[in-house]
Amino acid sequence: MFGWEFPPHILGGLGTASYGLTKGMHNCGNMDITFVIPKPYGDEEKGFANIIGANSTPVAWRDVDYDYVANRLGKVMDPQLYFQLRDHIYADFNYMRLNDLGCIEFSGRYPDNILEEINNYSIVAGVIARTVPCDVIHSHDWLTYPAGIHAKNVTGKPLVIHVHATDFDRSRGNVNPTVFSIEKDGMNNADHIITVSDLTRRTVIEKYGINPDKVTTVHNAVIPLSDDLLNLPRHEKKDKVITFLGRITMQKGPEYFVEAAAKVLQKTKNVRFVMAGSGDMMDAMIRLAAQRNIADRFHFTGFLRGKQVYEMLADSDVYVMPSVSEPFGISPLEAMEMGVPSIISKQSGCAEILTNVIKTDYWDIDAMADAMHALVSYPAMHDYLRVKGIEEIHGITWEKAGQKVIDIYNQVINK
Amino acid sequence: MKSVCFYFHIHQPFRLKRYRFFDIGNDHYYFDDFSDDDIITRLAENSYMPMCDTLLDMIKSTNGAFKCALSVSGTAIEQLQLYVPEMIDKLKALADTGCVEFLSGTYAHSLSSLEDTEEFMRDVKRHDAMIKDLFGKKPTTFANTELIYDDDIAAEVGRMGFNTCVTVGAKHILGWKSPNYVYQAETAPDLKLLLSNDKLADDVARNFANPEWPAYPLTADKYMDWIAALPEPEQVVNLWFSMDVFGSFLPANTGIFMFMKALPQFAAERGIRFATPSEVTAQLKPVGMMSVPYPISDIDEARDVSAWKGNDLQNEALNKLYAVAERVSLCSDRQLKQDWEYLQSSDHFYYMSTKNMADGASHAAFSPYDSPFSAFTNYMNVLADFLVRVEEQYPESIDNEELNSLLLTIRNQASEIASLNKEVKSLRAAQDSEDLPVEQVVPVEKADVEALAKKPGRKPAAKKATEKKPAAKKTSAKKTAKKAEK
Repeated sequence: MFGWEFPPHILGGLGTASYGLTKGMHNCGNMDITFVIPKPYGDEEKGFANIIGANSTPVAWRDVDYDYVANRLGKVMDPQLYFQLRDHIYADFNYMRLNDLGCIEFSGRYPDNILEEINNYSIVAGVIARTVPCDVIHSHDWLTYPAGIHAKNVTGKPLVIHVHATDFDRSRGNVNPTVFSIEKDGMNNADHIITVSDLTRRTVIEKYGINPDKVTTVHNAVIPLSDDLLNLPRHEKKDKVITFLGRITMQKGPEYFVEAAAKVLQKTKNVRFVMAGSGDMMDAMIRLAAQRNIADRFHFTGFLRGKQVYEMLADSDVYVMPSVSEPFGISPLEAMEMGVPSIISKQSGCAEILTNVIKTDYWDIDAMADAMHALVSYPAMHDYLRVKGIEEIHGITWEKAGQKVIDIYNQVINK
Repeated sequence: MKSVCFYFHIHQPFRLKRYRFFDIGNDHYYFDDFSDDDIITRLAENSYMPMCDTLLDMIKSTNGAFKCALSVSGTAIEQLQLYVPEMIDKLKALADTGCVEFLSGTYAHSLSSLEDTEEFMRDVKRHDAMIKDLFGKKPTTFANTELIYDDDIAAEVGRMGFNTCVTVGAKHILGWKSPNYVYQAETAPDLKLLLSNDKLADDVARNFANPEWPAYPLTADKYMDWIAALPEPEQVVNLWFSMDVFGSFLPANTGIFMFMKALPQFAAERGIRFATPSEVTAQLKPVGMMSVPYPISDIDEARDVSAWKGNDLQNEALNKLYAVAERVSLCSDRQLKQDWEYLQSSDHFYYMSTKNMADGASHAAFSPYDSPFSAFTNYMNVLADFLVRVEEQYPESIDNEELNSLLLTIRNQASEIASLNKEVKSLRAAQDSEDLPVEQVVPVEKADVEALAKKPGRKPAAKKATEKKPAAKKTSAKKTAKKAEK
């Protein structure tokens, strides 16, 4: 498996989904999973997958002894593996910028030279493919498609790519041609394509012109939250809190949240709105809230990390995700698990599998405002959605998703 | 001789328009006239009118041997009057044949029988008055909203003076018993029960146009054979249909109207007759008691009331609505009373059902909303506005009993003044005869009465501090009295 992010060092939903899926598949039994990420930190959860760091895979020969490698890489991988990988270097990459172990450095994030990192990642993939035997290659998101294709060419094994998002979602239609061509290339070369929602599946078929037969939807699931997160204290407060949580960018539709908030506040006074997160539209949103004259009841928290996210949710009464285009959107599932009823846009992938949420069109500010008002004013509805939401989430497990992926593997192997 | 009772049921609710929370307090019109018009006109064209024509035809061609019963809700009649008045004429024509019995029921097809006994009585009275007004006869057979029935309802129905009640032959109630007998209610032994035969009704309603059904195609011939083949002691078959089954769910091109028209002939051949429910109960003796501790209904596989009271949303909405039942009945605002009736329609609660939500079964099929949650939100927004209007009529701080007595005082004021005036007159006459000075007695005017009413409010204030409370109340009562007069 090729991935770009892995918990606990995650930047978006991709890492969580990759992790959940891998764990789910491991629990379905009898699988050896090797998971390649650009830059492991050593604190990743081990046991269900063998994690290899692209930045600790040599692409040029360096004469180093065991102790030195153990000293350098012992935290993130077994030194023995380094030597195995070193035996499978297939070309001379000494012209590149390498470190003392003959490895390429990766940021593991989304730097400006991302295309270069993607290319380097696929060079590394060649070494790993020659070293680690496998039956199926699985690439998560476009960053790792070139690596997947490379590995497929080296091993001749079937390639499954996992579309967590497309550039159409990220850009509201104004796709970056380079990204598009990488995505398209990956889809053409894949033996099977897994999408996280029917919405994404349609995009893949319609926008990328892929044969529907080889595109299957496997909806994401949610990893049960730990008890200390679920039992975070809820503060007693006079006002109800309605929360938006996520990157404040065009894709997430923050302006619709502000407009709906303005409508609610015209009528109801005991409500506060929180926009948690940061992003390129944050300043515009602060200005919009001021223009609508609701700044006294509309709060910005800035970027929340780790536990703060759950503390925010624990203090919320309603969670809103007005995404314009959301391939899946895992956060409403987490909110529901925390017992926070959610309002989501019909344009989100998770709307396809959730029933105990309120769904509105992202542009239908009236409907969204109405739903917010109903959830803070009619306790019966709030209680119903809270209880049923928790129940529903417990039925959505990564094991089920993992089993579907395994079925797809069997299908492509036997082809 | 076996009797077959056909029942055709017509109901349409007043659907709510999309009512956002910011309309609360601003917009007091709640209904989606366009979709009501659209739906009832379409249904009348495809189903109600051709079916009434068919029934008329059947009655005429058999010289009145064909008989049936009609159950029409008050809201449906109102809509027909508004949008399809020719349908009312057809119903009247059916009533004039004397072969059609109109059943009693709830005016708005409401759930009042489960929620509020007093309101239930008023609801039924309203409905029956309308039926009597239009079709000339007071109904004697009762059929509740979707045939909802239990022991408590039976007692109420019996108390209202009905002698026949139609309900559903639910399997879990009947057990080994057959629905094809007359039963009597345990809580009201004078009330005879007729139970619908679900199996035979479903054979028409569900399977008539279903080629995968083993007995397909169903012919009038075959159908009457089945009824004739029932064991000898089973003397009555009750077939309950929603009228839109004919022509709408089963379109005319399935041959359903021809099927109906052919029934009387084949029935006659087999010695089966048609009857109205009151004829049946007049002739047949009940064979046993029936006790139904938990309410049953005609809806869903479970045949219970969970379609309307199955989740917290529905219960919350029902509780909030019926909490003001007495209030509304006390007031005299016609618009408010009308909205009150329309808001009671069971359909609104049906749309909130979350049963089978995931696989979107029949509940979703009839709902104008895309989810039970938006049905609930919309209804609660409307209800919030409605409650504000009720509150405007009578402030919540006065409890019902107090309000009732105040209203009584106001209503009696006129007669009181009249009687006082009379007294004055008689006194004056007496004085005249005794030749006393006239100035001492002045005719009592309304203003004086009010002044009198105020007085007891002032006096206690001067007397005792403990009596201050009633004094304050009286003045507030005064205010409400004035408001009501306005």
